[in-house]
Amino acid sequence: MSVDLPGTGGGVEAAPAAAPAAANGRWAGGRATPGASLRDIRPQRRRVWRDRRNTALILLAVGLTMTPVVMILYQITAKGIATMDWGFLTSSMPFSFRREGGGFFNGLVGTGIMVGIASLVSVPLGVLAAVYLVEYGKKNWLAKLIRFFSDVMTGVPSVFVGLFVYTALVIPFGFGALMGAASLAIIMMPIIVRSTEEMLKLVPQELKDAGYALGAAKWQTVVRVVLPSAAPGITTGVMLAVARAAGETAPLILTALGSYQLTAALWGEPISSLTLAIFDGARNPFAAGQARAWAGALELLIIVLIFTVGARVVASRSRIAR
Amino acid sequence: MSEKSPMVQEEGVDMPSPAAVVSRDDAQSRRPPVEQPVFSVRDLSVSYGKNVALKGVTMDIRPRRITAIIGPSGCGKSTLIRCFNRMNELIPGAQVDGQVLYHGEDIYAPGVDPVVVRRHVGMVFQRPNPFPKSIYDNIAFGAKINGYKGDMDELVERSLRRAALWDEVKAKLKKSALDLSGGQQQRLCIARAIAVEPDVILMDEPASALDPIATVRIEDLMQELKRDYSIIIVTHNMQQAARVSDETAFLYTEVDEATSARWGILVEFGKTGRIFTSPRDKRTEDYVSGRFG
Amino acid sequence: MLLRRSVRSAPSSLSASGTASAGVWRRKGVGRRADSLFAVLAALSGVLILGILGWMVVSTTGTALPVFGSQGISFITSSRWSPSDGEFGTLAFIYGTVVTSVIALLIAVPLSLGVSLFLTEYSPKRLKGPVGQAVDLLAAVPSVIYGLWGVFILLPLFLQPVSDFLAEYLGFIPIFKGPPSGLSYFGAGVILAIMITPIITSLCREVFETVPGADRHAAYALGATKWEVIRQAVLPRARAGIVGATMLGLGRALGETIAVALLIGSSVSIDASIVRPGYSMAAVIANQFQEATGDHIRALVGIGVVLFALTIIINMAARALVWRFNRT
Repeated sequence: MSVDLPGTGGGVEAAPAAAPAAANGRWAGGRATPGASLRDIRPQRRRVWRDRRNTALILLAVGLTMTPVVMILYQITAKGIATMDWGFLTSSMPFSFRREGGGFFNGLVGTGIMVGIASLVSVPLGVLAAVYLVEYGKKNWLAKLIRFFSDVMTGVPSVFVGLFVYTALVIPFGFGALMGAASLAIIMMPIIVRSTEEMLKLVPQELKDAGYALGAAKWQTVVRVVLPSAAPGITTGVMLAVARAAGETAPLILTALGSYQLTAALWGEPISSLTLAIFDGARNPFAAGQARAWAGALELLIIVLIFTVGARVVASRSRIAR
Repeated sequence: MSEKSPMVQEEGVDMPSPAAVVSRDDAQSRRPPVEQPVFSVRDLSVSYGKNVALKGVTMDIRPRRITAIIGPSGCGKSTLIRCFNRMNELIPGAQVDGQVLYHGEDIYAPGVDPVVVRRHVGMVFQRPNPFPKSIYDNIAFGAKINGYKGDMDELVERSLRRAALWDEVKAKLKKSALDLSGGQQQRLCIARAIAVEPDVILMDEPASALDPIATVRIEDLMQELKRDYSIIIVTHNMQQAARVSDETAFLYTEVDEATSARWGILVEFGKTGRIFTSPRDKRTEDYVSGRFG
Repeated sequence: MLLRRSVRSAPSSLSASGTASAGVWRRKGVGRRADSLFAVLAALSGVLILGILGWMVVSTTGTALPVFGSQGISFITSSRWSPSDGEFGTLAFIYGTVVTSVIALLIAVPLSLGVSLFLTEYSPKRLKGPVGQAVDLLAAVPSVIYGLWGVFILLPLFLQPVSDFLAEYLGFIPIFKGPPSGLSYFGAGVILAIMITPIITSLCREVFETVPGADRHAAYALGATKWEVIRQAVLPRARAGIVGATMLGLGRALGETIAVALLIGSSVSIDASIVRPGYSMAAVIANQFQEATGDHIRALVGIGVVLFALTIIINMAARALVWRFNRT
């Protein structure tokens, strides 16, 4: 290193050429001038302070958002495990909230039946609709219309879907599992349509051409080539839709109504669901009922997380395959 | 000044050059007073995670010259130029070893704020990257954040004039900068860089995204600007380096056959005319005569 | 074979490629029919969505029509809700829905911006995964669980003390006037904020990630601090996306039912103070449905129709706003 540093004096032309001394007065920040080291220059205190303050605020926001995550996970687990046992999983609700024991088996069965039927209906219809959008409709007016109103439908409050099924099906046919399933299917379908559409779009044209070149008809190409290669992505969307449906409460109040009894009837009598059972437990003032609600919440959370995490796993696997 | 600087030792010991240490030819003809280098790079190495990108670069950048950095793609040109304003550290995992002395002071020394460094060493990027704001606000941006106390209108006009853009945009200063042509956008970016009155301007392939006419304008502009600024330019275009620069550094990729790891080294550095007419290194000769790269 | 194909299977508009239909393959007309059948089936599935949506509007509006008729405009301008007297003014519910959603946005938007900026601009690599997954987890939790947790944990631990504090020390401001209740507009707003934060966060994160690195580098190269880079280079580019994300969060907050039903306090009143109990449109449907009969049910369906219209308007407005911002 040379000894003749500008900072230590003596360098004739050491000053930055473009910074005539006169210019320095106009800058609040300070500049490297003869005799000043970079180390002596700080950005204005106001700027540094604002930078630090906002970093702190952002970290605070992260902390505030992480707090409920940790609390919910911890408290649902802790309070749920206290009541959760084999008996809870396999027995139905007692007729009084006051009474201890019993469980949400009736709710679990109801959720299973309704989500199952809803999936059986909405998955094929949703996938077919997506096939129409990608393979047939493309950019025609009908496809645009369907796309737009699918988006609108994902924004429709689920309680309104429940009201619709109530007016359309419950008034003529009464409460029951099928009505609950219908409302869940309506909630699931737009989710499946839009996620499947995104996946189908990713199937390369070369693959479809290969199908056609082998003499396959369009529908065969779609069923044998396009759908299988998009299957992981479609599965991801379906699993997320199932997780969403399993957690729905509001539409089921209006269509399945809820019940204390274990039933597998598809129509004619009200049926419970895990969410309805938890909602009842949360609304009543008795400790036993509330304890069951916590255990039910743990059960529901596990089911929902299995599907959510499963969807992620499937998605990441398919990415590796691609 | 002592025996070492600015008589740069161009090569490291590992260089298979006929002369182990070659002094820069033009240094012999230098006139007093002694001209201090604006940047002295000492044994600079950069790595990203485990990958070494650049190894053992030592060079001096002289003030109010245009210094071109040339070399085949992937040889670490961009990595090198980003060391001069500490932009490399924005890449996660980047590590810089060695020294980059700015007027004799290491800009990587603890206690030196990169924000201060970048305020003195402006940069123009490969693709024109004006902010999605008005032309005026683009120019005023740096001045505002750096606490400029003078007349902003005057600063904007002066910067645009210096970037030879004033006449084209003076009627539409409040219009979005994104409405300008690519060449105009790049000159706007230059104007934006000089508006904070830096000392050095780094240009990372400033004309590679532009058409030939816009390129010529940028090159003319650089000749104007070098009266007041030291300019370092990375270019993959040898004609451009020959046209505009006073000094040229040639970087080349070294390959470790065993691990197939690649990194850039500085092969030769000197006056542009000399590099292009009588290169001392075989690789430089091959490159400038178009035999590879 | 080639000849036959060109003669026999003039491809229908829906089957882009003809199929090989040599006699041995037994697929002559069947293949073509299957193709058009499949196309029609697919199209019908798509049209079904439009059909259901149309049916939704018709069926619910039709059911609510008698109440709309008897109440007239007072259905949305009156706050007198007395089912036993046949009076159905829903203004209190509309008010509660709007107030809780606004409170939710006031809390959730800054939090979401903070978290998404952290994830895109600040976070070291090893923190990105966990924080991002925690946010996704928050989005997956069903609303009934938020309700349960809100009533039994958040209420005694946070909502009640904060409401008491606000009423005690800031009670001179009308919006914090006591007597305070934890089950209130504020309580429902907080739980809504927690629920919509992950939605807004993940959308904002996507938007920030689309801001070109070149913009950030340009700002850094001019000597900007990290915050100045965000403020000047990232946020302006992302403005349209942030507005869109906020609107989507708002749409979700307006329609959220169960958690709000459990935390809003279920009081049919319009109160300027956010620490007082109120009611929301979705909550009153969920809470009163099971004991409602006749016109009361029709009125609840009517509330649903108004809620539906409100969310549709918000969605449309979001699109329009995003469109406008995108142009400038």
